[in-house]
Amino acid sequence: MSNQSSVEIQTEWDIVAARQLGRNVAKELGFGTVDQARITTAISELARNIYLYAGHGKIEIQRLTNNGMKGIMIIAADNGPGISDVRKVMEDGFSTSGGLGAGLPGVKRLMDEFKIDTTQGEGTDIRATKWLR
Amino acid sequence: MNRQIAKYIQENTTEIISKWKEQMKEDENERSFQMTPPEIMDKTSREFADLMASNLLESHQAYENRLYDFSEKVVRLGWSITFVTKAITHFSEIVFDGMEQEGIITQNNTRDYMKEFSNWITPIRDKTIDAYSKTWERTVSLQKIALQELSASLIPVFDKVSVMPLVGTIDTERARLIMENLLEGVVKHRAEVVLLDITGVPVVDTMVAHHIIQAADAVRLVGAKCMLVGIRPEIAQTIVTLGINLNDFTTSSTLQRGVEQALAWTNRKIVEVDE
Repeated sequence: MSNQSSVEIQTEWDIVAARQLGRNVAKELGFGTVDQARITTAISELARNIYLYAGHGKIEIQRLTNNGMKGIMIIAADNGPGISDVRKVMEDGFSTSGGLGAGLPGVKRLMDEFKIDTTQGEGTDIRATKWLR
Repeated sequence: MNRQIAKYIQENTTEIISKWKEQMKEDENERSFQMTPPEIMDKTSREFADLMASNLLESHQAYENRLYDFSEKVVRLGWSITFVTKAITHFSEIVFDGMEQEGIITQNNTRDYMKEFSNWITPIRDKTIDAYSKTWERTVSLQKIALQELSASLIPVFDKVSVMPLVGTIDTERARLIMENLLEGVVKHRAEVVLLDITGVPVVDTMVAHHIIQAADAVRLVGAKCMLVGIRPEIAQTIVTLGINLNDFTTSSTLQRGVEQALAWTNRKIVEVDE
């Protein structure tokens, strides 16, 4: 059972739109303010990665229900260059753009489940889920 | 042929308008219709019909001015552009059908009339879209300026103490502005302590944090201290989870406590006087 909506990421302002969508869905599902902040921050990181590294992509927000549990899944998909060393980007402090390098490992910590699929030259698909407790 | 169309419209205005309204209502549950008061709706519809006819008769310039005024009005009424283009299409269809029924358009001249109609409708549609986009562009550019003015101003609150309240989303452009205004302000106001208030920033992700850290570093270089205030509980939690290191920062939950701390740093404090 799922229900989804999405935002195309092309400009910096699309990041704000994606965030807004995520926050609204999280609020509707009944997440508290702290979890709302976690979810929007995670979306912000993933959307910014798309904007910075792939240039173009999509953020999808899915509502999940599983055995009476409710949850939200963020899908960040792009057709960008892909990630050459997944283990390395999941290390704290690694960045190719002079940033803090806390983005992806941070998202993993902010959410409950985190899955990354990437093929070099073809794109990246990241799925992060948070369950309502 | 133009005159024929115009004549038909002028002679049957009321009928056309009522038919047109009917069709627009049927076609879609457009909110514009329910929200606009009927008398304004009547007036605007009539004006719309006049405008459509005037295109056929008046000089180009006069018509353009009128069209511009009209589209301005429509924009203010909040009619959507889809609604307006649909209105134009429906209007021309009704006129065409009406003229066919009256026998003005016959099988022999259908082609000519169709051509005439398209010559009549297309520029109207183009101009309307043009007017809409112009209004939008103007609004956007005005808002951009307004936003920039709001963006990042450094406010001197006490001697040697300044505050920069940040409100709203921080993008690359604003981050640059924040940095510039911060450094310029510190030098201009001879501030020793700068308080960055992030109460109004909805999301602090790694990029925003990175910009704040850079700004604070730069402030240190020009000889002042930077303090981060207005950190809401949920923001504090996400910053910790993200693993952002703000150890080099003095931080506090509210601006008020930040100001107290800043005064303490500059060897001052606020006391109550008893008279």
